[in-house]
Parts: sequence; C-alpha cells; structure tokens
Amino acid sequence: MNGRLTITVDGRRIEARAGQTILEACQDAGVYVPRLCAHPKLSVYGSCRVCTCLVGGRATAACVQPVQPGMVIENDSDRVLEIRRTIIEMLFVEGNHFCMVCEKSGDCELQALAYRFGITHPRFPYMFPERPIDAGHPELLLDHDRCVLCGRCVRASAELDGKSALGFAGRGLRRRIEADGPRGLAGTDATGDDTIAEVCPVGALLRKGTAYRTPYGRRRYDHEPIGGDIDAPCGEAQEDR
Amino acid sequence: MAVNPLIRHAVERACHACGRDPTRMLDIVRGVQQRLGHVPDEAVDLIARETGAPRPDVAGVVGFYAFFSNRPQGRIVIRLCGDVVDRMHGVERVAEALVEELGVPFGETTPDGLFTLLWTPCIGMSDQAPAALVNDVVVTRLSRDVARQMVGELREHEDPHRFVRTYGDGNNAHPAVRAMVENNVRRAGPVVLADLERGAALARALRMTPAEVIREIKTARLRGRGGAGFPTGMKWEFTRAAAGDRKVLICNADEGEPGTFKDRVILTEHPDLVLEGMTIGAWAIGAQEGILYLRGEYAYLEAFLEQVLEARRRDGLLGRSILGREGFDFDVRIQLGAGAYVCGEETALIASCEGKRGDAKARPPFPAQHGYLGRPTSVNNVETFCCAARIIERGAAWFAGFGTPESAGTKLFSVSGDCHVPGVYELPFGTTLGELLDLAGADEAAAVQVGGPSGRLVAAEGARERRLGYEDLATGGSVMVFGPQRDPLWIVERFLEFFVDESCGVCTPCRVGNVLMHDAVRRVRAGLAGESDLEQLRALATTVGMASRCGLGQSSPNPVLSAMDAFPDHWRRHLHARSEPGLLPTFDVQAALRPAEMLTGRRSEVFPPREEERR
Ligand SMILES: Cc1cc2nc3c(=O)[nH]c(=O)nc-3n(C[C@H](O)[C@H](O)[C@H](O)COP(=O)(O)O)c2cc1C
Ligand code: SF4
Ligand code: FES
Ligand code: FES
Repeated sequence: MNGRLTITVDGRRIEARAGQTILEACQDAGVYVPRLCAHPKLSVYGSCRVCTCLVGGRATAACVQPVQPGMVIENDSDRVLEIRRTIIEMLFVEGNHFCMVCEKSGDCELQALAYRFGITHPRFPYMFPERPIDAGHPELLLDHDRCVLCGRCVRASAELDGKSALGFAGRGLRRRIEADGPRGLAGTDATGDDTIAEVCPVGALLRKGTAYRTPYGRRRYDHEPIGGDIDAPCGEAQEDR
Repeated sequence: MAVNPLIRHAVERACHACGRDPTRMLDIVRGVQQRLGHVPDEAVDLIARETGAPRPDVAGVVGFYAFFSNRPQGRIVIRLCGDVVDRMHGVERVAEALVEELGVPFGETTPDGLFTLLWTPCIGMSDQAPAALVNDVVVTRLSRDVARQMVGELREHEDPHRFVRTYGDGNNAHPAVRAMVENNVRRAGPVVLADLERGAALARALRMTPAEVIREIKTARLRGRGGAGFPTGMKWEFTRAAAGDRKVLICNADEGEPGTFKDRVILTEHPDLVLEGMTIGAWAIGAQEGILYLRGEYAYLEAFLEQVLEARRRDGLLGRSILGREGFDFDVRIQLGAGAYVCGEETALIASCEGKRGDAKARPPFPAQHGYLGRPTSVNNVETFCCAARIIERGAAWFAGFGTPESAGTKLFSVSGDCHVPGVYELPFGTTLGELLDLAGADEAAAVQVGGPSGRLVAAEGARERRLGYEDLATGGSVMVFGPQRDPLWIVERFLEFFVDESCGVCTPCRVGNVLMHDAVRRVRAGLAGESDLEQLRALATTVGMASRCGLGQSSPNPVLSAMDAFPDHWRRHLHARSEPGLLPTFDVQAALRPAEMLTGRRSEVFPPREEERR
C-alpha cells in the first residue's frame, strides 16, 4: 500500500501518498480544506464536520477518510460550501460567541472561518445557553460559552501532555468538556505549560495573563484569511481541464 | 479526606465483581448505582482509583447513560414511556395521575426519598402501551387508576415485583422472568418464530467449513435485519479475513428504535435460536468471544437469558470444544445497556461494550477490521442470527424461497398505534403495506411510519400497494399506524424531540441540527412560519442528513423530509396562520416584547398579546 496515487479535487489532479487523509493530501497540494477539530499534532477525531466534502456525491469528513486511487472529490462546490457554512453557523448559535469582547478575537479559528465564508449573521436562532466559566485554576481559564466541542484539548492532554485533565460529559446538546475533578481545572494536574490552551481553536481554553501580548489588529487572521497559508497562489497548481 | 464507608463498600464490591476491569465500566457503575441509588462524585473518584481509568472517563460514563445518575434518586424510579404511541394511548393522563399522587413533577424525587419520576423514550412495549419501567420491572397497560393503585402499594411494600400479579404468556411467566409483558405474536412464520431442534443447525454448521457456511449465507441472500440491510455473508467474510487472531461477534439486542419490539419477543421465546445463530457465526468468522448487548430496558430478561446460556454451556453448545469439536471455543457474555438509543449504532455499541460512553466513532476503520478492543468484530441483529441459524438448518434455497429477489426470507414487523391488533407479524418480504395494515386491523390508517422515527412517514392512501422490503419500504421492524385524527406535524415534532434527547452530541450537524429542526417544526405548528421557513427547513434537514457522522443524524431528518413530501398541505395549512402586517411571519414580536413588558409592567398597545395568551 506504500506509494503514490492520484486523486481529483474539484477537477484538478493531485498527487497523494497512500495512507494520507483527503485533508492531508489536499494540504500538501496547496488546497485548503476548512477544519476545526483536526490538528496536525493530534489524532483524528472527525467530530466538527467542517471539513465535509463530497466523494462520489456522498458527504465525507476529509480529516478521517483516507485517499484511494482515482477518488473524485468535490471540495469547493456550492453544495459543499453550503454544508460547511451551515455547520459553522450551527456552532455560532449553539454557544455564546461575542467576538467583539473576546480575548481571542483575531486568533480565533471559528471567527476566521466565519470571515472566510462571509458569514455576517447566522440564519438560525441563537440558543443563548447558560454555561459556566471555570476560572479557578491559577494559570488557565475555561470559558464554556466559547467551546465548540472539538475535543482538541481532551486529546492534547492525553496525547501531548501525558495526562487526562479533561474529558467529555453529558450527551447531545448538553455535551461539554469536563475537567478531571469536581473542582474543575484547579483540581487537575494541568498547568499553564500544558498544550491544552495552545491547541484550542477558539477562546474557550486560555492561558491567563497572556491574552493581550499580541494586540488586536496584529493577530494572525487580522491580515490573512484562515487557510491563506495553505491555498496555493492561483495558477501554481496544474489545471486538468 | 475520609471516604464515606458506605460508598467505599459499594465501589469495592462493584469493582471486585468485575475484576477491576475498566472495560467493564458499565457494569461497575451499574453495580454502584444499584447499591447507592446514584453515583456520587466520591464514588467516581474511587472507581477511577480502583480500575485505573482516568476520572473524566468514569464521570463521562455516568453522565452519558440515562439510567445512571450523579444525583440522589428515589429507591423506586418510575420511568414512564413518553413515546408517540404511548401518548396516543393516553400516557399524559397517567402522567397527571402520577404527578398528583406523588406530589412532584417529572424529573424530581419525592421528599421522603422513595420515588423519582422520569420520562423515558420507547421501552419496547408499544403493543401494550402506556407502559413504564419501575426500577427493572415492566408495567404495561397503565391507566390513571392503575397508576394510583401502584403508587399506593409501593408506598406499603416498596417492591415493584410484588405489584406484578398476573404474568404474560409463554416465557413471560417463566420463573426467571415473571413479567406482565405479553408477546402478542399475531403471525408466526416458518423462519424466526418457529420451533428449533436445539443444536441441530449448529451440528450441521460444524460439518461444513467456515467458508462453506459463509457461502450458504450468501447464497441465501441474507441481509441484516437491524435496519441498514448489509449482506450478512459479506460482513462475516470481511471479519473472518481481517488480520488478528482474536475475533468478536456481537449480537445487537439494543432494540431502541421506537415502535420496535420484535427482538423482545424473539429473546423471550426463541433465545436458543439466537444463540445457535451466534455460535454458527462464531464458527464462520473464527470468533472466540461473543457479546449479547441487551438494552437496559430489557434487564427483566437478563436472569432468564443467563439461564439459557448456562444450559447451553452444560450441553456442550457453548464454551470449550463445542459439540466435541477440538479447538472450537466460543462463549457469550451479556452486556447490559443503560438507556441510550445511539448505542444501537454499531460503533457506539462497541464503545459501550468496552465500558465507554456511547459516542459513535469515526469510520474508517470499520468494526470488521478494528472493533471491540481493536479486534475484528461483526455486529449483527438478533433476528439476523435467527435467520442465519435457520438457513444452515434448512438450506439457502429454502430460505430464499420466501420474499423477493432483493429481500430474501421473512421479516418480523412490530405493529403499533391506531390499530385493533398490535403485535408481532412474521411475513415474507414483499408483503404489501396494505396487507399488513389489514392483518393488524388498521382500518382507519391515514399515515404510517415505516422503520420508526429514523424511517419514513407515508400517507396510507397511495402506499397500500408498496412492498415491505429493502427495495421499497425498508424497515428494521417498526410500523406505527396513525389515524386521521393525528397531525403529521405533531408526529414529526415528537420524533425530533426524541433525536434531540438521544444524539450523542459528538458531531455538530446532529447535536445542533436536530435542535434547530425541532425548533423549526415547533414554529411551523405555532403558526410562526412562512414559505421560506419551509425551504430553509428542507435545506437544513438535507445538510444534517448528509454531514452527520453516524446513522442517527443521517436518518433523523427522514421524518421531516418524508412528511413534507407526503403531507404538503398539512405543512402549508399552518403557514402565515397569524402574521402581523409588516412583520416577517417568523418573527414573534410578542415574544420579543415580553421581557420589556415584564420589566415595565405594561403591555404593548401596538402589538397586544395574542388570543391564546390572553386566556
Ligand atoms: C442510531 C442507531 C440505532 C441503531 N439501533 C439498532 C438496534 O437497536 N438494533 C440493531 O440491530 N441495529 C441497530 N442499528 C443498526 C446497527 O448500526 C447495525 O447496522 C446492525 O446492528 C447490524 O446488524 P444487521 O446487519 O444484522 O442488521 C442502529 C443504527 C443506528 C444508526
Ligand atoms: S450523528 Fe448524532 S449520534 Fe451520530 S455521531 Fe453525530 S452526534 Fe453522535
Ligand atoms: S476537521 Fe474533519 S471533522 Fe472536524
Ligand atoms: S472570537 Fe471566537 S472564541 Fe472568541
């Protein structure tokens, strides 16, 4: 199964390595596939579905599905973009995302995705859930209002930090991240040096005292759209049709 | 910090009984819950310490399953089935009586700590609704009076078993069952609901090679009876061919699809046929390990099934060297569920067997390659195993002689709702919906939900000639009948409520999308929607169905979409029913004004309260 193979993405032929996911293969070829739960340092989780693309007309999570020879993938069609836009809007109405007062604004992947998709307001009613803030830890802050349940922190704690500071509780809409202990994050062995805040795509898990080191206006997505570092400049990739 | 000795004792007993094995977490938590009535934080800490499992994993299990509770519960927990069919049979009146009698609303425990009152989704008794679980005891055909009488008696003796005085037919009266449940078998067919010569099919299988068994199952064109209809022979072949010498066979007896109860009847009357099929399957794929995943609602069958297993072990039909065949070792353990519909989905079911939350997993890898504890695993439905055993006993040609080319064999249908003869019907595939409705005495059927909430709502008129089978009206067994007095939108709203409660919540489209669809249907019914809302709902439903990670979210939009197609007028009737001039019909101006009105203590004169609110 080792070796190279060819897939087609939006009519363009792309070289891929066997064993890669669609997302990885696209990324190597300079094609950005939007994502939220996927993270290069973490195991595959496949929960947010922001990376959904169509393979032979069927919706598939690009971060989960391995490439197969001859695969024909729709990544940039109206249908695919509509699915992704709907999912991003769902995440906005599900939580309480007040970007204008958020420490993470400008560095937030959810906010940046909304900009990339041109979402100015969601089409669905806001749910305005009541969620707590866990601020008891001396170095870390967990604001459930902004959590998108991507599970990056849960995986990072286990896979990168060698701990189990976080897990999931509840199910359905009541699903939430839960710290290892009745006293919240403060009761765990997590520290500010752990990777859990670093991997959080939004402003849900923050390292205290660091929020404004980079001022608003000079942050990552203030100048470049999310995925801009991956998208190959026009004309660089070979055209197939 | 000193640990409460009661808690310590309960945890130690429960952990010890399961060898401190974290993959038996469901049984451990269940054991603690049985002893303490709930699983307090202290117990979670102790379980984590005893089993070596991360604490969030233990807490996650307690929080995931509806039958586990982190808060103290009454010594008697009454779970009233709030399913659509029960509502059609007056469960709301029973609910009122219970609330009056107990003096607490649903979700609460009486101050004396005796009763907790809860709603629960379908408990597999739609043919004898309204029904409830009282601890593990099933109580059927409830009425206001029976409910009152039950509470009175339970206050006296606190023993739900004593309230059951007459037992149902067949094995429901078996000393290990003693349930008031009735089988309601209306039509027994030749394949599943027929007698079995114990061990005969298995002996035949052992005279064949595993490859021959698989070929026979393929020739019979057997497809899975659990809903998805995957060819069973192929699934067994993949599992057999997968790398890894320890293989696992799981029988899916989660039967969570509302309106389905045929597996309950099979397990009560023909458990040997199921186990015979499992053992044949184990021979075919080379499995040593079998699990029967029994939904928590059917805990009343557990002791009985344990006896059946024990008898088979004694007779050499399970265990080491089955039927004297050196090297053929296979045994089955029962894994009891704990109230989670999604655990019927095979990856969630496997997670649950591993002692985890029932979160559906991302595929690939598929269970056939990487299943229970990473081992190649085949998950099959109860009825599928029965068919497999019968195919080996009677031959593929005999089996394929029933049904249609696409759908070979017979199928069990669980019929409930507005009909005179609810119950289980074993009929050849290809039977028309009209024939089934006639048998069930559904003279007044206006709408039929085929395949449970995850299936399709069809108008009875126009669908009578349609055939039950994979090629047309596919169903895992649930057939719910609705008379003309039922509003299709009410049905759809109830189903979405079910999906909202049962979504595991891992993936965004299902976790959020079901809530949004439910809200949209509610607003249509409230006369708060316009034409564009219907379009948006259709688009939303399509996205949820496409993008969800597992079958739950992939099929939860089905009732919405099928009801839109089958009953367009019912939807349209509600549109613009009340819209203020100049406002979008979706905008509920009164609701938007309410907080301001409350704060100021005045009512708006421009947008006075609606008629309904004035009353
Ligand atoms: C949400 C959900 C619930 C399910 N519940 C059941 C169930 O209760 N029983 C069952 O046999 N299959 C159920 N299934 C189907 C299983 O995932 C799986 O396809 C089936 O057990 C395979 O057995 P079969 O091939 O014999 O049908 C469910 C699927 C989903 C998505
Ligand atoms: S579809 Fe629903 S039940 Fe399935 S993984 Fe997604 S959230 Fe969980
Ligand atoms: S990035 Fe693929 S599902 Fe989240
Ligand atoms: S801006 Fe997205 S979480 Fe704060």
